Order: sequence, then C-alpha cells, then structure tokens
Amino acid sequence: MTAKRIFAIALRQFYLFRGSPARLLPLFAWVAIDIVLWGFITKYLNAVTRTGLNFVPLLLGAVLLWDFMTRVMQGVTTAFFEDVWTRNFLNLFSTPLTLAEYITGLVLTGVLTSTFGLVAMILLAALAFGLSFLIYGVMLAPFLLILFVWGVALGVMASGVVLRFGPAAEWFIWPIPALLSPFAGVFYPLSTLPAWMRVISRMLPASYVFEGMRAVIARQAVSAAMLACGACLAIVYLIAASWTFTSIYRYALRTGLIARYSAESVS
Amino acid sequence: MYGGAVAVDHISFEVGSREIIGLLGPNGAGKTTTINMILGVLEPSAGSILIEGVDLAVHRSRALNCTNFAAVYAPLPGNLTVEQNLRIFGMLYGAANVSQRIETLLRQFTLLNFRHTKCGLLSSGEETRVCLAKALLNRPRLLLLDEPTASLDPAIAADIRKMILEFAAEGTGGVLWTSHNMYEVQEVCDRVLFLSHGKILLEGDPKTLPREHGKSTLEELFIAVAREPLALEKL
Repeated sequence: MTAKRIFAIALRQFYLFRGSPARLLPLFAWVAIDIVLWGFITKYLNAVTRTGLNFVPLLLGAVLLWDFMTRVMQGVTTAFFEDVWTRNFLNLFSTPLTLAEYITGLVLTGVLTSTFGLVAMILLAALAFGLSFLIYGVMLAPFLLILFVWGVALGVMASGVVLRFGPAAEWFIWPIPALLSPFAGVFYPLSTLPAWMRVISRMLPASYVFEGMRAVIARQAVSAAMLACGACLAIVYLIAASWTFTSIYRYALRTGLIARYSAESVS
Repeated sequence: MYGGAVAVDHISFEVGSREIIGLLGPNGAGKTTTINMILGVLEPSAGSILIEGVDLAVHRSRALNCTNFAAVYAPLPGNLTVEQNLRIFGMLYGAANVSQRIETLLRQFTLLNFRHTKCGLLSSGEETRVCLAKALLNRPRLLLLDEPTASLDPAIAADIRKMILEFAAEGTGGVLWTSHNMYEVQEVCDRVLFLSHGKILLEGDPKTLPREHGKSTLEELFIAVAREPLALEKL
C-alpha cells in the first residue's frame, strides 16, 4: 500500500468540503439537531419522572454514540458516492490505485468527518445539556472503538451494494442506521424486546455497547466478555464487508461494470 | 467476452516507443473494449497484456504506473478544480514533483487561467485539454486516447493533435489512438489497425493501406471495413 495514494483519496474529500458549504454543514447540522432534540426530551423526562434516574447520560449519551456510528458509516459511503455521482470509476480504477488503498482512503475520510461530528456533538451536549463523557470513564474507549469498526464495516458493505446494483441502490443505504437502531437497543435494554428481536440484537455489535453503557450509568460492572463479544462481532463484520466489496469489485472487472458504470448498465 | 458475446477475439499487437498506432473500426468493433482491457478496468477472459514487459494481471499497479489515458466519455470530476484534479491524479499515478509537473502541463496546454476553475464549468475543448494534461502527468510509456478530438472544433482538434505528436516525438512513450476522423488518423498515425467484430482485419501504414486494398482514401477503406468486412478478409 502506498500512503500517497491513500492520502490522495482523502485529499479529494478535503477539497470537496473546503469548496462546498453544502457538504460541510451536514457534518454538524444533523448531529446538532439530534442533540438539541434529545437534550430537551431528556430534560423534560428528568423533570416529570421521580425515579431519580438521570436521562441525560442515558438517552443523550446513547444518541451521541449512535450518531457517531452513523457518521462513520456515512463518512465512508459518502466518499464512495462522490465517485458514483461524478462517474469517476473509470478514471480512478485505471490508475495504479489498489482496492485496499481505495478502501483505506475511504475509511480515512470517514475517520476525519466522524471526528468533526463527534467533537461538535460532545461540545454541544456538554455546554447545552451538561452531559459529561467522564461519566462513562475508561469504558468510553472500547464503546467508541466497537462502534467505529462496525460503522466502517457497514460503510464498506453499503458501498459494495451500490457498486453491484448501481447508483439507484443508494436509496437502500441511507435508512440502514434507522432500520438497525430498534434492534441495537439504543434507547432501551434488550430485555424490553421480544425474543425474536433479541436474536437479531445479539448479532449486532452496537447492542453490546449500549447494554454496557446502561450498566456504567447504573454503576454496575460492565462484562468484559460482553464487550469482547461486541468487538469480535465488529471485526467479523469488517472482514465480511471487505471480502464482499472485493468480490463485487472483481465481478465488476470481469463483466466490465466498472467501465460502463451507470444505473442502466446493472442487471 | 460480455456475457456470451465475444467482444474481442484473438487480437495481438505491440505499441513501440515514439509510435502512434490508430485503432480504427466501426462502432461496436471492440476498440473501447480493447482500451478498457489495457487500462485494467475490464479483465480479459483469455490472453495477457504486457506493459513495459509487466503482466497487467499479475502486477496491476506496476503495469498501470506506465500508462495513462484520456477519453471523451471519461471527464474528470466536475466538482473539483483543474489544479485539484491534476494534483489528485498526479498523486495516484505517483508522478514525480507533482506541483512542478502540474505547472508545466498547465502552461503546455494553455490552462493557467483555468487552474482554479471547476472542471464541470469548462468548455469541451478546455475539458479535453485538462484530460490530456492529466494523461501526461506521469509521462506514460503507453498513452491511450479514445477519440480525444471528438466534439472539438477543427482549430482545437489541430492543437490537440500537435500536442500529442510532440509527446510522441519526445520519445518517452507510444500512443494508442482511436478516432473516427480518418483525415486526422492519416495525419498523425504511423500505423493503423482496423478492427471488425472484435478481430484485427487490416494493419498497415495509413498512407499506403487504402491503395493496397483498392481504395482511394482511408475513409473509403473504413466504410468498406464497416460494410463488407468479409470481402476484405479474403484479400
């Protein structure tokens, strides 16, 4: 792998963000809206319930972590979509760029954009609603790491789907986080879910993170085995996503899909 | 092969240094398929492609390092400026001294005034010049040009031809060129390959080839290849 070529993929995104407020604004705007909305909901819940439970770290923290995962995924997919929208595959894949370098470049872009979003969310949540991340202690690191790896895996998998099924498949990709969130137990313990949904939850790395987060807030011990399970699952998803993307890319080379990429060329 | 259809069948040729080869043929003859295979974006179902002696299927990156291309159907991303696009592709091709190379090419292709213009806002002539500048970023040993002068006015097309002739004269690489403009092919190409139904039907000097096949011009020969390929195959 050549660092220069990986950097070139990320540099392209930097140029696009620098030259387009329409791209820059959503990095902060959507997360800010989420934080403000859930910030007031948690304040209201704290005021009307007498359970003594602090909803700020419970719900607002959960929103923040889920948004982080979503931003990582969308950071990867949006960087990939830029090549779809500009029909750039022919130019790109006829260079010495390898597939591993391309994916690493997309992930690097995802890291940078999600970091900006995370910092904005943390600042807003802390300043406006008093959410301190110190409450999660050292567990915050594995929580973020698992969500990051899973977000990358989902982003790579989603990019593969669009490469295979054409630009129109983009519309399958945007709702993925919303479809997964009920199963991931972002806002409630998994015990709330019916048995069949819990089966799916156990296959999602994020569900282990949110169970762990609730345990920290309840001042209970976080099971290391549970976190390890979430981490292993995230890695398995990442390997599966990379394998899937590589297989689709090879199929695209064999069939000429890369050279003729458009919604109409896909069958 | 595309599905069950044979797009290109047993074609074999070499492009030497300083040589400009014209790849000619009617629409659907297999010209772009051939170029796509050399560019590594379409895997041949059989055979091999060597670029500077490097097998494309085995050492893809190393082989593609020696090539570059420009095609009318592959414009650079329109949402980046001329300079940004050249920098990114310069880095992807591992061009030496990218900044210096960009300056040289901007000057050579009279693009200095457009360096901060987004490529999507350029006229087709300017866009073609940017694509050619990109194609020369890494001083390719093999330059592939798929109808580089299509949709250009005669004056700009003449400038483009001059630039490509200069590149070939420098002796750093050879050129594989497709065009439907037979006047241009005759002026620029040292040798032509006529493709029909995915096979090389004729090969030779564009200035003498028409006479060898009883035609007065290259255009007449082209029409014959397109309409009566079997008759020419028998000659």
